[in-house]
Amino acid sequence: MTLMLDVRDVGKAFRDYGSELKRIATWFGVPVKPREEHWVLRGISFSVGRGEAIGIVGQNGAGKSTLLKLITRTLVPTEGSVSVHGRIAAILELGMGFSPDLTGRQNVYHAAGLMGFSREQIEAAMPDIEAFAEIGDYFDEYVRTYSSGMQMRVAFSVATAFRPDILIVDEALSVGDAYFQHKCFKRIKEFRELGTSLLIVSHDSGAIQNMCDRAILLQGGRVLKDGEPTEVMDAYNALIAERENTTMKVERLESGQMQTISGTFEAVVKSIRLHATSGEPIEFVDVGQDVELRIDVEARSDIPKLVLGYMIKDRLGQPVFGTNTFHTRQVATDVPAGSVLSYVARFPMNIGPGSYSISTALVSTDTHLVDNYEWRDLALIFTVANQSHPHFVGSAWIPPTFDFDRLP
Amino acid sequence: MSELIRAVWSYRHFIASSVKNDLKARVARSRLGAAWMVLQPLAQVAIYSLVLSRVMGARLPGTTNQYAYSIYLMSGMLAWSLFLEIITRSLTLFVDNGNLMKKIFFPRATLPFIAVGSSLVSNALLLVATLIIFALIGHMPTPAVLWIPLLMGITVVFSLGLGLILGVVNVFLRDVGQVMTVVLQLWFWVTPIVYMPSILPSGFGEIIHLNPMYYLVSGYQSVLLYGAAPPLLPLAAMAAGSIVLLVVAFLMFRRAAPEMVDVL
Repeated sequence: MTLMLDVRDVGKAFRDYGSELKRIATWFGVPVKPREEHWVLRGISFSVGRGEAIGIVGQNGAGKSTLLKLITRTLVPTEGSVSVHGRIAAILELGMGFSPDLTGRQNVYHAAGLMGFSREQIEAAMPDIEAFAEIGDYFDEYVRTYSSGMQMRVAFSVATAFRPDILIVDEALSVGDAYFQHKCFKRIKEFRELGTSLLIVSHDSGAIQNMCDRAILLQGGRVLKDGEPTEVMDAYNALIAERENTTMKVERLESGQMQTISGTFEAVVKSIRLHATSGEPIEFVDVGQDVELRIDVEARSDIPKLVLGYMIKDRLGQPVFGTNTFHTRQVATDVPAGSVLSYVARFPMNIGPGSYSISTALVSTDTHLVDNYEWRDLALIFTVANQSHPHFVGSAWIPPTFDFDRLP
Repeated sequence: MSELIRAVWSYRHFIASSVKNDLKARVARSRLGAAWMVLQPLAQVAIYSLVLSRVMGARLPGTTNQYAYSIYLMSGMLAWSLFLEIITRSLTLFVDNGNLMKKIFFPRATLPFIAVGSSLVSNALLLVATLIIFALIGHMPTPAVLWIPLLMGITVVFSLGLGLILGVVNVFLRDVGQVMTVVLQLWFWVTPIVYMPSILPSGFGEIIHLNPMYYLVSGYQSVLLYGAAPPLLPLAAMAAGSIVLLVVAFLMFRRAAPEMVDVL
């Protein structure tokens, strides 16, 4: 595999010399020790192959932006090296450098020039850029008359007018309406098929799992995890929930999958099983079959408010269905230490055939961000098979009744 | 160095279009448009002429034109406005473009070229307007005008060199920018632009020779007012000194560049 990007032992420190005069003295070779070195990134190593898509996740301040700036070469690493093969384009700051007193077309010339393209190259790409932006006659109007959506359209069109070898995308970036958003992602996917490597920054586990081959979790300026998107996202979710007294365990299940359990463990899931309505435990479920999800929860300390939530996820870790007893208004209050709560959730398994997992969460409100007693990924794994229904595809079971008339 | 030249060359279209955009943005949505670039310095000249021509006019030796003082004033202003524009722009060059430098990778060397390019265009417009006014008041340009491009060149190199050194330091020590606004005002008044060196009390005459701008301004004055060649020896020294200054600025920028974006 050809390496497009190779990041080796990269560290970035912001130095405080106490006085800027001392910093200036260092340029002239005066050996001044910085008073303080603040390392934002340290010991970062990873590489990206041709056509690979890598997700970069991490909390605010984990060093994501600094890492991207080092990759796009706007920042210089303090130690280590970043080698890039080919051209990098970043869709992070769309419309950067756009002037309101120029027309869309003039701004395209300017922005593409900033990216280093010659007049001839820009002229050749101009019809495509204009067509992709789809803003009609506005293309020759002043940008100050544009809506923010129109400006985004032009900015995205010019940023992706030339296929880069590495494309950096901030997934949270909104590029206008849903229609244009789809168009943008389609273009990104096309680039990837043609061999462009992707670096995607996102907080959305769905997007990371959907688009990436690999994910990197940054925490405190270091790579905490580099691996399968599902594993990394589980670790990331656990990290968000991490509070004081919160711990995180990662165990390898018999199936080879990595299970992440985190929380304060003031309440824990003691057992979780899937039963048929007849009462017998099952592992294989028929599509549409009525089942009971039985979860026993033990309180290990006094808990004023206890909410149980569960989420059914598909093989790729995408949520299929999730809810909790906060939403159903069944919050258990004043649960004494040592007591066991036995929950039963009854529902028809209206999902398509495949392998699924259930994650559980024991919290005090509707999110795991306030109190996270326990968060357990892959708490239960089960398989849905289609044994008694006509063939269908997809993850939802929405059985139709067809009617048709033959028109004379 | 060659790498720098190559980068700038490959961005030449970008530099050209940026200069155009910069000039456009300056006069965007104003009725008189580009005329403002000339009208503002000319208005300043008009004010000084109005206030000072009676006091100063009689003291210009060797001239017969009744507008001699105005011509003297405009010649000096031509040099000063180029110097002032380049130095103030270089001073805030990196601070103003901080956002761009933080977000997009492009050869930073294009930035001074854009600043100089747009300053040169507006100064050239002012030169043309000045020559037209000279002609209108009966002061026809002599072949000595051909010295102007050289004088402009030295002024550019000097102001860019000094401006970039201060501009790099200004990124880290913003006080430099504040101090310079005061220093530049003082500098204007210690340079014989609105007055003649001959009116200075004895003793100041020597001090004035320490002011590099004195040589450039008096070069413009002798070329435009007297139609004579500028004093060559001091000018050659100025040119050499300016090039050294620019090289120092370049080396300083080299050293500071990795840390510059950190603090912007």
